[in-house]
Amino acid sequence: MGAALNSPSSPWGEGRGEGESVMTIGLEHYLTVAAILFTLGIFGIFLNRKNVIIILMSVELMLLAVNINFVAFSVFLNDLVGQVFAMFVLTVAAAEAAIGLAIVVIYFRNRGSIAVEDINRMKG
Amino acid sequence: MNEVMTNLNLAAAIPELIMAIGGMLLLMVGVFGDEKVTGRVTLLTAFLLVVTLIATLAGPGKATAFNGMFLVDSYGRFMKSLVLIGSLSAVAMSGPYMKREGLERFEYPVLIVFAALGMMMMISAGSLLSLYVGLELQSLSLYVLAAFARDQERSTEAGLKYFVLGALSSGMLLYGISLIYGFTGTVEFSGIADILGASEAGASLGLLVGIVFLVAGLAFKVSAVPFHMWTPDVYEGAPTPVTAFFAIAPKIAAMALFLRVILTAFNGVADDWQQLIIFISVGSMILGAFAALVQSNIKRLMAYSSIGHVGYALIGLAAGTQAGVQAVLVYMAIYLTMTVGAFAAILRMRGPDGMVEDIDDLAGLARTRPMLALALGIFMFSLAGIPLLAGFFGKWYIFVAAVKADLVPLAIIGLVTSVVGAVYYLRIVKVMYFDEPVASFEKPEGRLLSVVMTVTAALNSPLSFVLIYPLAAAAGIAAASLVS
Repeated sequence: MGAALNSPSSPWGEGRGEGESVMTIGLEHYLTVAAILFTLGIFGIFLNRKNVIIILMSVELMLLAVNINFVAFSVFLNDLVGQVFAMFVLTVAAAEAAIGLAIVVIYFRNRGSIAVEDINRMKG
Repeated sequence: MNEVMTNLNLAAAIPELIMAIGGMLLLMVGVFGDEKVTGRVTLLTAFLLVVTLIATLAGPGKATAFNGMFLVDSYGRFMKSLVLIGSLSAVAMSGPYMKREGLERFEYPVLIVFAALGMMMMISAGSLLSLYVGLELQSLSLYVLAAFARDQERSTEAGLKYFVLGALSSGMLLYGISLIYGFTGTVEFSGIADILGASEAGASLGLLVGIVFLVAGLAFKVSAVPFHMWTPDVYEGAPTPVTAFFAIAPKIAAMALFLRVILTAFNGVADDWQQLIIFISVGSMILGAFAALVQSNIKRLMAYSSIGHVGYALIGLAAGTQAGVQAVLVYMAIYLTMTVGAFAAILRMRGPDGMVEDIDDLAGLARTRPMLALALGIFMFSLAGIPLLAGFFGKWYIFVAAVKADLVPLAIIGLVTSVVGAVYYLRIVKVMYFDEPVASFEKPEGRLLSVVMTVTAALNSPLSFVLIYPLAAAAGIAAASLVS
């Protein structure tokens, strides 16, 4: 496992000239970006008190963070499955957004508001 | 080309193909039909589910399809049968309620078909990719079902809450899957198991984080503590037949998926996940027992009750042995009969101003409607796990499996919480039998509903003494095909 991640055949790590101090962008950087985006998505869902649309955006952010993970791993492992998986995630995310927006629309019709603090008919 | 077809092995997935094509045909029938089409679609849906059930039971003993992404074995067959029976009873129970509430639309049975198809995919999943696709097919159908009463505020709020938290859980599950993929290099359960078996050092940190996220995502789907927050609200807000469906089929399917992914892919790192499972199991049992004590709405009470039951079933997973899996299968089968019956009884109670959902309104039910009170009493005793009724055997198998796997403290906590839980089940019986009648009940309609209630009451009655042996034998065979 560990060896596969540091294999010399990896596409990053080339193109570095002798003595140049250009930072190489490796797997860790991609994973860090994805982790930050994912955390932002989760915080967006829990800390947001304003609008349900922002929650939908946060969900989308989480799924895209996952896609970055998949594609980065896929290139690094030289394995296509990760990219195929990313395609599936994109497709499902589109369907999920459609259904989410539809539910938001019928909710707005009944309640006249989509503020998160108004979603309190039932206490749980 | 031939090799491709052999690897595809479509014959192994015939039940799912029947469901998928049948569901799309039903959609066409509904769209192009006149306004009386709902009854016809409902009937055809029931027929489709029965045909699929027969095809499932007649399927091959053990097979893989789609290059190992789709597994057929007796474990899957057992769980799929439960899911199909649960979906069938959800369709059968919906009739009178949907008519009264003006929700008679053909989309309801069609959505149940697609949700059930997703559940069958989940149960048969052989890789993290097919797991995800099956789970999403199920969840997307369920979001719509929760908001099915689209002009009722509570139903749409239930749908919105379920959607937001469901999407969050899918995101967490996916993040876990991406880490597991990255640190093992494969998404197939058998491949992951091979890699974990080959490495001596156990799971790396990244893989552990991946497993934690995966377990969190799955815990959301089975509504285990600490990811249970959505359950009471969604159960209360959704139309009652939909709540019944939620309590039955997705629970069983998610439990089946949980067992398969943990025990086949990650069996090599059992020490790492066992603590997690024990934690969520204990949390669910305790919350299910104590939070239900203060509920006044019977649908909310059933929600907390289902959280508790998931906790008991997870004991079997924590044990991780063949006996543990067998116990979970027996428990889920009995849970199916108890829950179907309880919701059939709830759906039959109707006062002058709508459905009776408040527990206090059940006062004196034994005098006004003795048979209904008797049936509901049997279900409550059975859910509480009182000896002689079916629910007792489910708990018995679970606790025996836990003791055999050296998890005695878990079994003791289970015993204590089931005693606490018995309090609120028995409170309902007390209200029905010993309180003065306050509300008047209307004559229930729907012969199908009373058939479902009578059959499940009979299954839960002391008759279960006879039925438990064939059930346990079937569950034993199914468990052997998952864990050897």
